[in-house]
Amino acid sequence: MDFDDTPEEAAFRQQVQAWLQANAPQESAQSVFRAGMDEAAALKTARAWQAEKAAAGYAKITWPKEFGGMGGTSIQNVIYSQEEAKYNLPSGFFDIGLGMCIPTMMAYATPQQLARYVKPALHGEEIWCQLFSEPAAGSDVAGIRTRAERDGDDWIINGQKIWTSGAHYCDFGILVTRSDPTVPKHKGLTFFFLDMKSPGIEIRPIKQISGGANFNEVFFTNVRIPDTQRLGAIGDGWKVSLTTLMNERMAIGGGGSALGTDDLIDLARKITFPDGQPAIKNSAVRERLADWYVQGQGLKFTRFRTITALSKGQTPGPENSIGKAVSASRGQEYTAFAMEMMDMAGIVTDMDLAPYKAAFQAAWMMAPGMRIAGGTDEILKNIIAERVLGLPGDIRVDKDVPYNQLPGVK
Amino acid sequence: MDFEDTPEEAAYRAQVREWLEKNALTIPPATRVGVTESKAWQKIKAAAGYAAITWPKEYGGMGGTSMQNVIYGQEEANYNLPGNVFLIGTGMAMPMLMVHGTPEQKSRYIQPALYGDEIWCQLFSEPGAGSDLAGIRTRAERDGDDWIVNGHKIWTSGGHYSDWAILVTRSDPGLAKHKGLTFFLVDMKTPGIRVDRIKQISGQSHFNEVFLENVRIPDKNRVGAAGEGWKVALTVLMNERSAVGNIGMNVGVDELIQIARDAELIDGPAIHNAAVREKIADWHVQTQGLKYIRFRSLTALSKGITPGPESSITKAVSAPRRQDLAAFAMELMDMGGIIQDRQIVPYRAAFADDWLYAPGIRIAGGTDEILKNIIAERVLKLPGDVRVDTGVAFSDLPTGR
Amino acid sequence: MNFDFSDDQKLLKDQAQRFLNDKSSLKVVRRILDTDETHASEVWKGIVELGWTGTTIPEAYGGIGLGHLELCMIAEELGRSLAPVPFSSSVYLATEALLLAGSEAQKQKYMPPLAAGEMIGTLALSESTQAATPRTMKVSFDGGKVKGVKMPVPDGDVANFAVVAVKTGSGTDEKSVSLAIVDLTGPGVTRAPLRTLDPTRNLSNVTFDNAPGELLGAQGGGWAIVQKVLDHAAVLVAFEQVGGADACLNMAKEYALNRYAFGRPIASFQAIKHKLADMYIKNELARSNSYYGAWALSTGAPDLAAAAAGCRVAATEAFNFAAKENIQTHGGMGFTWEFDCHLYYRRAKWLSLSLGSHLSWKDKLVSELEKRNAA
Repeated sequence: MDFDDTPEEAAFRQQVQAWLQANAPQESAQSVFRAGMDEAAALKTARAWQAEKAAAGYAKITWPKEFGGMGGTSIQNVIYSQEEAKYNLPSGFFDIGLGMCIPTMMAYATPQQLARYVKPALHGEEIWCQLFSEPAAGSDVAGIRTRAERDGDDWIINGQKIWTSGAHYCDFGILVTRSDPTVPKHKGLTFFFLDMKSPGIEIRPIKQISGGANFNEVFFTNVRIPDTQRLGAIGDGWKVSLTTLMNERMAIGGGGSALGTDDLIDLARKITFPDGQPAIKNSAVRERLADWYVQGQGLKFTRFRTITALSKGQTPGPENSIGKAVSASRGQEYTAFAMEMMDMAGIVTDMDLAPYKAAFQAAWMMAPGMRIAGGTDEILKNIIAERVLGLPGDIRVDKDVPYNQLPGVK
Repeated sequence: MDFEDTPEEAAYRAQVREWLEKNALTIPPATRVGVTESKAWQKIKAAAGYAAITWPKEYGGMGGTSMQNVIYGQEEANYNLPGNVFLIGTGMAMPMLMVHGTPEQKSRYIQPALYGDEIWCQLFSEPGAGSDLAGIRTRAERDGDDWIVNGHKIWTSGGHYSDWAILVTRSDPGLAKHKGLTFFLVDMKTPGIRVDRIKQISGQSHFNEVFLENVRIPDKNRVGAAGEGWKVALTVLMNERSAVGNIGMNVGVDELIQIARDAELIDGPAIHNAAVREKIADWHVQTQGLKYIRFRSLTALSKGITPGPESSITKAVSAPRRQDLAAFAMELMDMGGIIQDRQIVPYRAAFADDWLYAPGIRIAGGTDEILKNIIAERVLKLPGDVRVDTGVAFSDLPTGR
Repeated sequence: MNFDFSDDQKLLKDQAQRFLNDKSSLKVVRRILDTDETHASEVWKGIVELGWTGTTIPEAYGGIGLGHLELCMIAEELGRSLAPVPFSSSVYLATEALLLAGSEAQKQKYMPPLAAGEMIGTLALSESTQAATPRTMKVSFDGGKVKGVKMPVPDGDVANFAVVAVKTGSGTDEKSVSLAIVDLTGPGVTRAPLRTLDPTRNLSNVTFDNAPGELLGAQGGGWAIVQKVLDHAAVLVAFEQVGGADACLNMAKEYALNRYAFGRPIASFQAIKHKLADMYIKNELARSNSYYGAWALSTGAPDLAAAAAGCRVAATEAFNFAAKENIQTHGGMGFTWEFDCHLYYRRAKWLSLSLGSHLSWKDKLVSELEKRNAA
């Protein structure tokens, strides 16, 4: 047991380190990316960096070379991410496109379409978004209502999507629709990709409980999509969606809050409690710090086990699935506790007054969303129970009922 | 808002006090006596009407209010009296008979149960049917004027000293599960009944298993129509869950505080440790919350209205809490917490006893999970679970291993 | 990165599992529960023959000179099987204390018989129903004689000798504590088994009445050694806890899949599914922390104290939770003596208290984090 690279891994890491050293923008080694930068400026920087990565093959290490990847292994991908994380480089804009949309295209689009769309996406020239969730269909994605009706060589789309990240700057999107409401819900779906500039699309930012707006609502009024942009057969949309969804839960599980237990410990040192002692000397504080630290370590070392499996060329075990189920609610609890340590001042969100520029308060406001996005806590526990432990699925009352006869469907 | 009796309640309380003063069959402190003494005390209470305060007078009760019943209970608790082994009879079986019994059954059974001449037990749960009581398999088959019963019941309190039992059986497995049940009264001395003690995880035995082999029950002992047993059983069950929640605790927050005062942790007395204080505070607030919920129920009773649904949380809170509190008290004793020797451990190892008993409380009379379903469904009016067993013949239902 | 056990180590684990399945079934555990036997001597004999008692003892002292990683693999299986043997006392506590602090002569004297199973050792620390601290400890060591009462002493009725934490000064600081090796079969020692929540592992009340002893390590250095021994034992016990927790999850799962209520397996109700998912999550967090503990122990990493406390906290949480919710999943049947759930409920408590309370380990962990954070 060790934490060392194999000789091959070490060689790849050196190669990555050298490349990053030579190519990563100098300022990215110190400053926090996007601090004080508006979205347009951030996007510009991100596109430039993505183009550099793509040119060198690092934008998608595991993709085959024919698609502009490196034809590398999963462990090489992990190594690159570890090294890139040492720099404050722009990230996030291309994750959905390259992590979910393009892989779905690769499985279902024509060679001509792939030739047209993969390269610009990889190089950051075109950005993709995902149009799945609806106001009335979240955990139960197959319950969507957005209608697609055939009209000659086209389809006419009417409906509303929600929780679309970056819709306002995206060029293309993948979309799941209901093409036949008279058959059971999983059977009447059809899947498309579309140009986000198509007439009839209206994008409105959603104001979150935090006051920020990371997501959008997207309204479709008689939006026309050519049948050539259909992915998969008519009525096979659920199967296609699953390809995309499999990738989503992995993507979100990997991300963690920028604030960690170290920051919490640091805060506990600085705050003085009414007994005149620093908070860190208070046993009730210590007990919680221990719990969260141990959970954080548990997640970290679980990732190490996954990486080890990848390094050996094996499929990682199911333990990988616990990540988001633990980290989202944990984040909500320890940011709340940090605010509690600040006593009455915990409620203050003025960045000049609150410790850590009010980052604990901001994370606490984001946390409820993290517990929902990409699979709620409850859905994730169902997934563990069913896929890992092999327990039966929930009793389904919607399996063989025509969609338009389901309760709650108007 | 106040905590005083109304004038009527105060008068009743005075009357109860005076009566208890004269008549209570007090036993020496910290002693336990047998069924004989219990029967003697029950007879005295019954003669004065206190054995069934809320029953109508025609059945030998006092025709009193629920509030009077509460007052009597509070006053009786000040005496060390023989154990009450009649609750299943007077609290569940007889009230059920008053609703569903024939005139003959009422006149035959109610009086002896009230006066403690006959003790009752309940033959409901089975190894394969606990939370889902309607899933019972014990078979009743008609044979002339009798029924022949075969099966296996479990978790029967007092099975070994009871005279009579209320019994729910499956008389028709070809019908849907709630529809093929029939309810009986059975003499526990009937040939073919065997009572075995169940050894609990603590090593003690508070319950029995009851095996029924070709037990012959006359049809006149059937309660309700054949196939209507579920309806009758429900009348009994409504009373059970409220009964189990009230199982008393020997040790609680006060004793935990005392242990925290005595225990030294690495940095000094445990009572000064903020993590310990926080837990004590949490449990104290829970204790108080449960107590004041009881007060709200009493207030409702005092006003003659039915208590609200808030009382249904009592057992859902107190059972897991008891397990956690006991575990924490043991933790304060560090390595010594594992010791169960009564001479060595504070409070004669009562926390260790509690820790071994609490898992049962979390299950008996409705598991934590069932109780939360009840709160969700009956209190919050959320929909019930999707049922796959309605309308399916019982014999066609999957049963597992 | 290679954050996993080697194939050889996993092979050892499989062998351990097979041996314990075969020779130390839950029937054996029940025999110890129901009788006055202190441990399953035939299982112990088999363990000695397999050489497990000498796993970390160098070959020069009669051991087989493997490492702590191998010992972790054995520990997980001992935990899974609830083997009623004095392994943790003799191997995790006494042997580790000697490896850490024994003089050459002491190693020569004790290691070979420990490896050969001719001797069983233990560590006597606690004295009452509260945590042993330099302030509260009373057992004295004066003129080579130990005087006072230790309890509970793990496997105190089985062990031939004990490493006893003793006061060698009148102060109340750490420097007032030393360690003494005492022959438990010799003069001045009286032992009596204690009634405990887990009768499948012996705990004893040991009275020393001027029992002869010899110092282990320097005078005044006892507290520091005890802390290190407890760190080592914490990692090994964490593997026992992970094994036990895993067994509970499997039991709960099997039962839930085969128990039907309301016409469906209870495993199809979300209340039960989420309960088992919670068990799984806690178990995996404990397992991953324990792997790190194993690495730190096997390499003597500077981070060992934090790693040990981390895996102890996670594993205690996991096993206690799995054991109690396993009973809950089994419903009324889980509350009967006949079902095996309570064997795990009891052992979970034994393991979680045997090295000191959950609270004290959390406190210790944060002390380590403070040191690191300050650096």
